[in-house]
Amino acid sequence: MTVRAVKKPVLAVAVAAVSAVLALSACTPGGGGGDDGEDAKPEDISTDVASMGDITLDVWDQEVRGGQAKQIEALNAAFEAKYPNVTIKRTSKSFDDLQKTVRLAITNDDPPDVVQVNNGRADMGQFVAAGLLRSLDGYAEVYGWDERFPESVRSTASYSDDGKTFGEGTLYGMAQVGEMVGLWYDKQKLGSLGIEPPQTLEEMESAMKAAKAAGELPVQLGNAEAWPAIHDFGVAMNQYVPRDDTRALGYGRKGASWTSDENVQGADLFKSWVDEGYLTPDFNAVPNDTAWRDFAKGQGVFMIGGTWYQADLEAAMGDDLGFALPPVGPVGEPAVTGGTGLPFAITEASEHADAAAAYLDFLTNADAMKVIQENGGLPVIDGDAASATGVGKEVITAWNKVTEEDALVPYLDWATPDMSDLLGQQLQKLSAGTIDTAAFLDTLEKSYTDFTDQNE
Amino acid sequence: MTSEETVAVPTGDRVRDTRSGRGARRRPGPPGEPRRVAYLYLLPGFVVLTLFLLAPLVYAAWLSLFAWDGLSPGTWVGLQNYVDVLTDPTLRAPFGHALVLVVFFSFIPVVLGLFAASLLTRSTVRGRGIFQAVVFVPQVIALTVVAVAWKRILAPDGPLNDALRAIGLDGIARGWLGDPSTALVAIGLVGTWLGTGLCTVLFLAGLSRVDRAIYDAARLDGAGFFRETLAVSLPSLRNELAVALTLTMVAALRTFDLVYLMTSGGPGGATAVPAYEVYMKSMRQGDVGTGVTIALLLAAFIMVLTVLVNRIPEREDR
Repeated sequence: MTVRAVKKPVLAVAVAAVSAVLALSACTPGGGGGDDGEDAKPEDISTDVASMGDITLDVWDQEVRGGQAKQIEALNAAFEAKYPNVTIKRTSKSFDDLQKTVRLAITNDDPPDVVQVNNGRADMGQFVAAGLLRSLDGYAEVYGWDERFPESVRSTASYSDDGKTFGEGTLYGMAQVGEMVGLWYDKQKLGSLGIEPPQTLEEMESAMKAAKAAGELPVQLGNAEAWPAIHDFGVAMNQYVPRDDTRALGYGRKGASWTSDENVQGADLFKSWVDEGYLTPDFNAVPNDTAWRDFAKGQGVFMIGGTWYQADLEAAMGDDLGFALPPVGPVGEPAVTGGTGLPFAITEASEHADAAAAYLDFLTNADAMKVIQENGGLPVIDGDAASATGVGKEVITAWNKVTEEDALVPYLDWATPDMSDLLGQQLQKLSAGTIDTAAFLDTLEKSYTDFTDQNE
Repeated sequence: MTSEETVAVPTGDRVRDTRSGRGARRRPGPPGEPRRVAYLYLLPGFVVLTLFLLAPLVYAAWLSLFAWDGLSPGTWVGLQNYVDVLTDPTLRAPFGHALVLVVFFSFIPVVLGLFAASLLTRSTVRGRGIFQAVVFVPQVIALTVVAVAWKRILAPDGPLNDALRAIGLDGIARGWLGDPSTALVAIGLVGTWLGTGLCTVLFLAGLSRVDRAIYDAARLDGAGFFRETLAVSLPSLRNELAVALTLTMVAALRTFDLVYLMTSGGPGGATAVPAYEVYMKSMRQGDVGTGVTIALLLAAFIMVLTVLVNRIPEREDR
């Protein structure tokens, strides 16, 4: 059978189809999204969950690892026991998986009531701008969240209503745990080198030098994913950059700059660590999971990383594991990168917002903080170092010091929606030697100012 | 457009046959022109095509004219997304990387496959069946498994570097996927490993149809192995060549899995490819307009290449 391609009719119908689709989508994409509905006023809010009838709360979280999973399971069960009319339908995914799917889930016609949303502009910021998350200000007043959490903690989940200003404005999320980037160290190795945990940049550098001379790997790092080095870089930056400047940069404020002298010094410092061989050889090829496992197995005196490694590292290293705040550099004031764990937020479309708010309150009250600490987490407030054991004592002491001294600075990659990818990518280039610090900072500056200019 | 090639109707020859006994019904019209009702037969296929291919394509083209974060209302920007993708070096670079991958995923496997198939056809090798099965195995393994396995092989302390150090080549050993100068080539070579088996098996099938007498004649004329491959095998393999090139080139250009799992586009964007950028822009960075634009340009690019490659067998028919 011979066949002949039919061209004209397909074309004609295609044109017709195009016109039809264009007519259908005469609205711009996303036009039918969330609306900036009225926010709950304190006087309209009901805190009496028991009288709300049978409710199912659809909750998406990423508390899947060890102690995190245990504490949320315990708290969910306790909440259901307290309010038998509430059923919690929990969907838990790993951090990566949640990040990938939450964007679709939240724009769905029937989104979850409560979602754990990453603080940054690419996530919470855009959700706020699109009117998909509910303002928690009214609930904060009713439940007294403003007193419960210090401002430095609340600001990491606050945006202006248009989503453009980050770090102030309306509260959109409540976090359970604190998070900071510090210095994990191997007590045995540091001890055999005869060194105390470094307090200053000088001590840190001489410790790295001594470790290297003794044939040890000074700092363990696996950066195949491009984000882990952002934390090593952040520690280097914090040695020179005043923390208010870092805050302006991290929250993406207009006028902040990547090319200040202090930033150049910080970037040069990071580069010098690479050039001196203080970091894992070929770290851009080493997966992060391999790196922390290697550190736990005794490769590396230090590892710069977040408190999220605590449970895994402690399980493997036991009493050999130590945690210290990063050294204080020439800038003279302590600055510690961190914030909170992923905050829980309530979706605009939730039909059970009052119940959801009661759930958020329950997850973050003083009793919940105890449950979190018992399960090896770092409670965002009320951490009780005295009753903690093992490295948890050091972590909680460090966290309390950071919050007391107001030393917390936001993650640098929060600044713009694509800063996380760009910064990671540029750090790989800087460490591979394909660009110098000037080109590195110029690229960041350009992307940063492009964003802040159009974000008005 | 591929849609034009897949939608085909019987030509007049066949339609006329069915009408021959019922002359009375014959309507005027140019000979060979099918009756209009024939278009009706196209309808079911066309509806499916429209729903699942044309409509999404048109919608994508529409989206590409907006700056849209996927959540809030988009802003009309006209062709600015296209200008950006074509002029911004960081958005253009992935297309260059994809072309490098075409060499490793497509050209090298085709040459190697041709060589292997000729060799296997020319001589009666013992265990030929086993060899055929072994070179084809990479095609059967899920790409995620391939990626994880090769990532391990290429790791700084992986088997490849162990082997290099064992023979004293410490200077060459490195983190292959962490070095901007080797990462793309490393992924390319995984593609070569993947594609060679497919090409070999395709070419073997093609060569089995070639009359042995032609080879005998060529040998009588004094043709050696290479001469024989070029003068006899290659011309008889035009159809297989087109299939092999199409499959491997499309695989190269739409590479996502290997990059996503092995390097995440790194180090420093050295292995960023269009399909990965589409994902990053639309799903991670909330820049759906740019992501869709890259996707459309990639689709157009693949379409043009496919049309070009499919001219290879046509020449044979003429």
